[in-house]
Amino acid sequence: MSVKIGEIPYKERIQNGIKDDFMRQAVSSAQGRFRNGRLTQAEALGNWEDWRQLGSEIRAHTMENLDFYLHQLSEQVARRGGNVFFAQTAEEANEYVKNIIKNKEAKKVVKAKSMVTEEIGLNNALEEAGAEVVESDLGEWILQLDEDPPSHIVTPALHKNKQQIRETFSKKKGYQGSDTPEELAAFAREQLRQDFLAADVGITGCNFAIAESGSITLVTNEGNAEMVTSLPDTVITVMGMERIVPTWEEMEVLVSLLTRAAVGQKLTSYITAITGAKGPEEVDGPEEFHLVVVDNGRSKILGTEFQSALHCIRCAACINACPVYRHIGGHAYNSIYPGPIGAVITPLLEGYDDHKELPYASTLCAACTEACPVKIPLHEHLVRHRQIIVEREKKAPMAEKLMMKGFEQWSSHPSLYNLSAKLAKPALGPWVKDEEIENGPGPLKEWTDVRNFSVPQGQSFRDWFKQRQKDGESNGNKES
Amino acid sequence: MKVSLFSTCLSDILFADVAKNTLEILERLGCTVDYPMGQTCCGQPAYNSGYLKEAKQSMKQMMKAFQDSEYIVGPSGSCISMLKEYPHVFAGDPEWEQEAKTFASKCYEITEFLVDVLKVTDVGSTFKGKVTFHSSCHMKRLLGVKEQPKILLNNVEGVELVTLPNEEDCCGFGGTFAVKNAAISQEMVSEKSRHVSETEAEYLVGADMGCLMNIGGRMSREGKNVKIVHITEILNTH
Repeated sequence: MSVKIGEIPYKERIQNGIKDDFMRQAVSSAQGRFRNGRLTQAEALGNWEDWRQLGSEIRAHTMENLDFYLHQLSEQVARRGGNVFFAQTAEEANEYVKNIIKNKEAKKVVKAKSMVTEEIGLNNALEEAGAEVVESDLGEWILQLDEDPPSHIVTPALHKNKQQIRETFSKKKGYQGSDTPEELAAFAREQLRQDFLAADVGITGCNFAIAESGSITLVTNEGNAEMVTSLPDTVITVMGMERIVPTWEEMEVLVSLLTRAAVGQKLTSYITAITGAKGPEEVDGPEEFHLVVVDNGRSKILGTEFQSALHCIRCAACINACPVYRHIGGHAYNSIYPGPIGAVITPLLEGYDDHKELPYASTLCAACTEACPVKIPLHEHLVRHRQIIVEREKKAPMAEKLMMKGFEQWSSHPSLYNLSAKLAKPALGPWVKDEEIENGPGPLKEWTDVRNFSVPQGQSFRDWFKQRQKDGESNGNKES
Repeated sequence: MKVSLFSTCLSDILFADVAKNTLEILERLGCTVDYPMGQTCCGQPAYNSGYLKEAKQSMKQMMKAFQDSEYIVGPSGSCISMLKEYPHVFAGDPEWEQEAKTFASKCYEITEFLVDVLKVTDVGSTFKGKVTFHSSCHMKRLLGVKEQPKILLNNVEGVELVTLPNEEDCCGFGGTFAVKNAAISQEMVSEKSRHVSETEAEYLVGADMGCLMNIGGRMSREGKNVKIVHITEILNTH
């Protein structure tokens, strides 16, 4: 797998999403819960805007000095007996991990939830190397059984309801119980426990790496990252190169923002930290620890006007706030990173060829920007993408380009504008029915497919104003 | 106080009453209002679609048209937020940067102007009916104007204001989004229409004709008879 998840064309994906009533019901109710949770927690904190500002400054500072902090992190991990590998591409990262698996002759790998390993397609690479891979995050496990890609970055199986999950468990694992969440979770727990115990290698992602101490921190509600990092002898952490903070102090601020913004919790049930390999004085921890730092297109974003997109802490608050996402679901974005942040970073990571529609899949309502706990101006990035698609990539449709040329002339020449203001009403005349247009011509067609179009009320305001001034003057009542 | 009215192209051409009401409210409150004839469109249709070069031409035209104005007031949070974006658009342009900053500092949305500049919270109007208010995205999120329209509405005699469920959600207009992504837009506006119906209000009030044209057009297509009114109509009814 790559960032892109399939080959279905954009319009078809949108229709598939819109027609999927189960998914829409599940997404809509989850969005409501997450959004209310975020707002309640933000209010409880009292000075949410100050926290956001601090979070934004921490992220900006870290990205400005990313080379320094990555160097510090790698030194610290090495000092604590870990191995560090900087992978420029997905292939390099996969190759490195594959070699460890081969050298260890590992048969079973358990994974904690990680978006970057989805991004680089690590599971496929491991299976090629002959290892069985088991996802241990409940949502990811459900999707793995169902061979379905994630539709959300925090709750990857958000698009599924409990009946569908019951069906998957029964088809793939012989489950015979009910569809109550408790019973389903207990079954998953029992199944996964065997995998944890039998695994040779554990693989995790990374929420925040702490440069100063060389620690990797993982935020979960299920405690599965705890198992993945403590039971297998070998642990590999794969992190996007931007997932780093200077010290524990900044980590505390960002975790406070992350859990509140993501799911409306003050803190998750577990925050797991792993610092290098097991030391001589220590009683637990992996015998062998590897940190793979993945670039895969991120360094190209540094130093550009999109740099703040790297500030993202993957909380999905933007996704949970997005009304477009609510109606089309995550798969419609055709990226493992859906929603507003996905529409911003997917074209940055993989180019515009396959993703040129994403920046337009937004009304620019800015609900995303408002929700973002580190103040990424997401809607502004979408506009900037559109400019690049039009001006640099030259991928805009011809009809639109002509219309915009027309707009330029019309809006910069008041005489043309005045003329159009006079002609609008008579020109639309033939299509008017009961003072509205139900079946418009040309560019109005798409509009009137969905809703009626309003007809000019009478003369334009400017003509009315001119007349009013004239009347005023002739009445000797001169207006300015 | 001298005020220049920015009608917005939509109200100028399609909804002249909105501009007339805005003008009359301002005059009634003692402002001397002029209407620079060189004004056209704020440039948002081109800007938001990625046509920066084309958008800049209309923006320059707007700055020229209003260069002598002291206050620029208009009946749309979205268009005003576009005008306020000019300094960002022309940043680094030696010829227009300063002009854009000066221009943007004079721009106000009508309810913002009434409450924050004129310090008027009761315009002395009367409007009988059950109304619900749709707060437009650009007005509340980009311009930061949230409470002003509600303060004014609450002080109108006879108005019964009921809360619109999921008021903060976008109506699905989004300018060219409405035609470029018509299928998604349809779902969004239909959801908005359902929420409006749930309130059982007779009137849907808003402060942006773009959103109102979208929601109203959909509700009319669905055969619902909720009346769509711009807030200036209510504020200008005696």
